[in-house]
Amino acid sequence: MATRVGVVLFPGTNCEHDAIEAVERLGAEAELVWHGATTASGYDALILPGGFAHGDYLRPGAIARFSPVMGAVAEFAASGGPVVGICNGFQVLTEAGLLPGALQKNRGLRFLCTTVLLRVETGATALTEGVDVGTEVAIPINHFEGNYTCDADTLARLRDEERVVLRYVDNPNGSVDDIAGVCNEGRNVVGLMPHPERACDPLLGSEDGIVLLAALLRSASSAVGV
Amino acid sequence: MSADTTRWSAQVEVLLRSGIADPQGATIERALPALGFAGVDGVRTGKSFRFDLTAADEASALAQATEVADRLLANPVIEESTVVVVPATGA
Repeated sequence: MATRVGVVLFPGTNCEHDAIEAVERLGAEAELVWHGATTASGYDALILPGGFAHGDYLRPGAIARFSPVMGAVAEFAASGGPVVGICNGFQVLTEAGLLPGALQKNRGLRFLCTTVLLRVETGATALTEGVDVGTEVAIPINHFEGNYTCDADTLARLRDEERVVLRYVDNPNGSVDDIAGVCNEGRNVVGLMPHPERACDPLLGSEDGIVLLAALLRSASSAVGV
Repeated sequence: MSADTTRWSAQVEVLLRSGIADPQGATIERALPALGFAGVDGVRTGKSFRFDLTAADEASALAQATEVADRLLANPVIEESTVVVVPATGA
């Protein structure tokens, strides 16, 4: 049976169809999950895609975290289901407290739209399962608030527990410790600012996103009891 | 019930925590010497919110407004808020 991926849609999300296209090309079935949904059962993995949920009003993700669907996402995550937040989805997950830290405005106050090189720092998360540590992937970024920050204790814990999932090879936005993506304690919830779904076809300049999304589908099919 | 219907005006200021880089503040600060302000430093940017609420007394109004600030208006990871409540004018 094909892996079923739910792609969460908030008002203002704009990368949902890219995410669906990317995972369907890898053999998964994907469908949209409305922000008003109160359950996420029936899916093997959830993606919170990029965009500007609720217009990014107040702070990116600050309003979206109160959507009914976020209760369902939290339950799904608590039961071990793989959840990946991309860009705005990462911001939503930090605001919801499902991931530590916060994303603030880029150092230099510039909106960044470019392809960057990332280094995979752990092969034991929902987004990197089975990927060799040290693997470098070229993935686009497209954000204004992508500057990852957290307090010193949190950073120490992220390092000790190998929960930094991806680092920028050349830090574009001022993120602490070059962090591009982190995971939760259970390693099944991952957030990252770069857009792997936009790097899944040679026409888009890179196919490296497949490395990460294929790993997500692998962890989705191996997650049991969800 | 009349005691519960007192209206209060809340003012919430949200600033980045000290130690969190404030690139907007730094940019503004760098622009000031060009205007002739040589001795200005410590510029910090933030957000200001105003809203009215109903509460029995000032302590209760302050508690409510503080909860609004903590749970929604500020992200405690990077921001801190100061909350002031005063009797609403025209109440």
